[in-house]
Amino acid sequence: MPLALIILLPLTGACLPALMRGQSSRLLASVSALPALFSLLLLLSWLPHAMSGGETVVQQLDWLPSLGLNVAFRLDGLGLLFALLITGIGCLVLFYARYYFEGSNTSARFFTLILLFMAAMLGIVLSENLLFLLVFWELTSLVSFLLIGYHTQDHAARLGARMSLVITSGGGLALLGGIVLLGHAAGSYELSVVLDAGERIRAYEHYGLMLNLILLGAFTKSAQFPFHLWLPHAMTAPTPVSAYLHSATMVKAGLFLLARLHPALADTSLWFHLVTLTGMLTLMVGAFVAMFMHDMKGLLAYSTVSHLGLIMLLLGLGTSMALAAALFHLVCHALFKAPLFMMAGYVDRATGTRDMRRVNGMWRFMPVLMVLSGISAAAMAGLPLMSGYLSKKMLFTESLLLSTPDWAVVVIPVWVALAGLFSVAYSIRIFHNVFFNGQPIDLPVWPPASPRLAALSPIVLLALATLLVGLVPEHIYSALIQPAFSAARQALVDSYDFSTLGGSVPMLMSLFALAGGVLFYHFRDPLFRLHARLPEVDAKEIFDWIMRRSIALSQRRVFQLENGSLQRYLSFILATVVVVVGMELLAVTHWDGGVALSPLDPLTLLAAILLCLAAIGVTVHHHRRLPALLLLGVTGLFITVTFARFSAPDLALTQLMVEVMAVVIMMLALSFLPQTSPRESSGFRMGRDLTIAVLMGLGVAAFSFAILTRPQETISDFFLANSVPGGGGTNVVNVILVDFRGFDTLGEITVLGIAAVAVFAFTHDLHLKERVVETNPAHWVAEPHPIMLSTVARLVLPIALLVSAYIFLRGHNLPGGGFIAGLITAAALTLQYMAGGLVWAQERMLSPFRPLIGAGLLTATFTGLGSWLFGFPFLTSSHGYLHLPLIGEFELATAMLFDLGVYATVVGATLLILANLGKLMTVTGPGKEIG
Amino acid sequence: MELLYALTLGVLTTCGVYLLMRARTFTVILGLTLLSHAVNLYLFASGRLVAGAPAIVGLSQRSADPLPQALVLTAIVIGFAMTAFVVVLALKAAVELRNDHVDGENPEEDRA
Repeated sequence: MPLALIILLPLTGACLPALMRGQSSRLLASVSALPALFSLLLLLSWLPHAMSGGETVVQQLDWLPSLGLNVAFRLDGLGLLFALLITGIGCLVLFYARYYFEGSNTSARFFTLILLFMAAMLGIVLSENLLFLLVFWELTSLVSFLLIGYHTQDHAARLGARMSLVITSGGGLALLGGIVLLGHAAGSYELSVVLDAGERIRAYEHYGLMLNLILLGAFTKSAQFPFHLWLPHAMTAPTPVSAYLHSATMVKAGLFLLARLHPALADTSLWFHLVTLTGMLTLMVGAFVAMFMHDMKGLLAYSTVSHLGLIMLLLGLGTSMALAAALFHLVCHALFKAPLFMMAGYVDRATGTRDMRRVNGMWRFMPVLMVLSGISAAAMAGLPLMSGYLSKKMLFTESLLLSTPDWAVVVIPVWVALAGLFSVAYSIRIFHNVFFNGQPIDLPVWPPASPRLAALSPIVLLALATLLVGLVPEHIYSALIQPAFSAARQALVDSYDFSTLGGSVPMLMSLFALAGGVLFYHFRDPLFRLHARLPEVDAKEIFDWIMRRSIALSQRRVFQLENGSLQRYLSFILATVVVVVGMELLAVTHWDGGVALSPLDPLTLLAAILLCLAAIGVTVHHHRRLPALLLLGVTGLFITVTFARFSAPDLALTQLMVEVMAVVIMMLALSFLPQTSPRESSGFRMGRDLTIAVLMGLGVAAFSFAILTRPQETISDFFLANSVPGGGGTNVVNVILVDFRGFDTLGEITVLGIAAVAVFAFTHDLHLKERVVETNPAHWVAEPHPIMLSTVARLVLPIALLVSAYIFLRGHNLPGGGFIAGLITAAALTLQYMAGGLVWAQERMLSPFRPLIGAGLLTATFTGLGSWLFGFPFLTSSHGYLHLPLIGEFELATAMLFDLGVYATVVGATLLILANLGKLMTVTGPGKEIG
Repeated sequence: MELLYALTLGVLTTCGVYLLMRARTFTVILGLTLLSHAVNLYLFASGRLVAGAPAIVGLSQRSADPLPQALVLTAIVIGFAMTAFVVVLALKAAVELRNDHVDGENPEEDRA
């Protein structure tokens, strides 16, 4: 059975409530419970396998094997224990939510989110791949954010949600870093490999950094001091959320991770100190603050913090059975803390407040709830026969077993006993204060109504489970904890001997904690008064202050860097290029690669000088735009000459045609734009830009010189050798374009087509005349088209078309081809537009341009697809010989059909661009759209 | 010859980059065109400078490298499409923002 199903069930099930918005919570809860229940049953079916010490199950699906990222699931004792907790308590919470949300018909969002959360949590505990685990990890942070901020209108809820997101996802970021390092150290992200590589990982040079990062992730998630602040503020969430996420499951994710990675990371001095000390601090801070909370959920939240600290401390200790004690207490805590939250939720609903100074004497109104909560509170306090009693004594026993380091031998037992005292005190407080302690004071809702008996059933089940653990701990241990323990240790482990727990010292410590707790609670009033005089520290305000400051700081930085000036950005980018590339180039020692230079002839020298002069002329005279444009044309012509000089006739022809078109387009544009550029750059800016430009020029020159003088290794020999036998053409450039790299060409003509259509769309509703009339009214006087030009142009057209047909046909063997022929045709037709006017020429066009582009692209594509019909890959060409009278023998290749597509696209695109730019010239346009 | 070619390339790059950083759209288009000339020549240079031997089978003993030529050919055509597009963009900006500054607003003074 695929393990993925366990996660997929709640994940897909989350859609159900989303589709049933507005339904009653009763229906929604039943629908949501189904997938959760199924997952639970599936997991239970694995229980015998895990109990009998069966093999770890790993199921894998390749996803991105090159990155070490696979969809892989893993089920062992540890994962199973957590998954059972997640689904089991999840089902009960769903049941509880049914009553909690009774009467509201807007709870669909809650049920969707809680199922999503369940899926994410299951993902964490069942992942085999650490990166995959991390995805689920972040998902829990996100869903938790949405659930804490469930009451979106409530300012406190939004703030609490943001706080938890900032802290937990910040930790997630650290965890990502840690896990990448861990994967690097272990050589894989698969847990099976990582867990076996413990020695290598602990000897890894960045072990310290890696451990710190991973711990940061775990500490933030599990609300360890000083990151615990988000948890109390998360209590703005609806109570089912608090009971589920913030006591039983999500906050345990950090603990799970550390238990999971225990074999890989633990048992070093660094681990011991970091984990144990953090656990100790959290334990004490949580217990102390919980004592003084007046808010029921606040008290429970801080007590959760304290218990999380306790488990963390156990994870750090490293004594033989500490890990078992940690897991045992983790289960106990989930079982007794969830019902206490549920109790708080019911009392809150019944009385309208959670303030324990007002909520008193509830036993009269809710006797059954009182009894049930009594069990859970007793377990939390660690009264004899209760589950908490056992786990507390396990803790005391383990703390006494510690032999190194020196400070810990004394400090830790005293510390945990003291914390035990506090926990007894706050456990008594939440029970006694709520259900006894005199009369209720000034309740918003009166009289408090007892929750229905059916509504109490989740609490009944959890209380029973708590009792069960207390009564038969051996069975629970061997069924659940021992497989988990052995999975976390990666070794077979002994069973825990609960009968030896009654050692005298742990017993004394328990008695001390119990008596001290009762005394502490008894004298609470003076202590509360004392506490009230302590300066109040509001974490929310500190957090807010930090957030405000960091946002303001980053805003300032952003504005400094990004002030909306394109020139500024460009100069930053180009300067960065100069610096980064320049540093690399400076390391080059031999600029001259040693290949003999070819001789220089005076004509080439002259052309090069003219080319440079033209380019410099453009730059110097760029304020006067028309001369600059003409000089630009000169530059383009010399580029053409360069291509011709160095054996690239195809390039020369293409460049020539393109140059003509480009200059025409820019001329058109210039007739609308100002004829001069203002001289507005400061001297400083010109100097700066010139420096960057010269440095870039120098770099490019040096680099290309280095390339030119180095021996060449080219793959072109393949093309030269296969051009005739494979492609049926002697013009290798053209064969490459239409055959060897036909797919590239297809992509490129597609880009060309898109650019042309974009130009069409842009010019479509561009009304230039409003703007230009004011600057130059004489501009729009229609001039007759010169008679000479129009006469000659009409004569030239057939000849030009003939030339282009010739160029097209011979392109496969001699310089030419679809690109060049298309440009020649386009140039000839452009001449008609210029000579005869837009309207005149448009009327005589045989085809609109956009369909022409489409037809060209389709021809090229279908030529490529055609080869599929014959069982060849996309764009395979075939060719044969054909004899035509007069022209002689020539080859007919399917590549020519492809070239025809290229030709049509080039003609269509070029004319679409030119005609639409030209349309802007006419005062009102030709009346309808062109192309 | 190689040195001359490299120097020409450097001059083209310098002029292109300098114009690219100017404040008016039309000048930037001029710069872009020069820069794309430079880039095309640079790519072309990776096939080395060979005179009088076009890449046509059977025409001469040695032959110029056809692969950079094919790549540059499409680059030229796409460069043309890009120029056309930028020109229209500049026109549109000029009409809608009523000035042809690259930032869409006429600054009173230079923003350094």
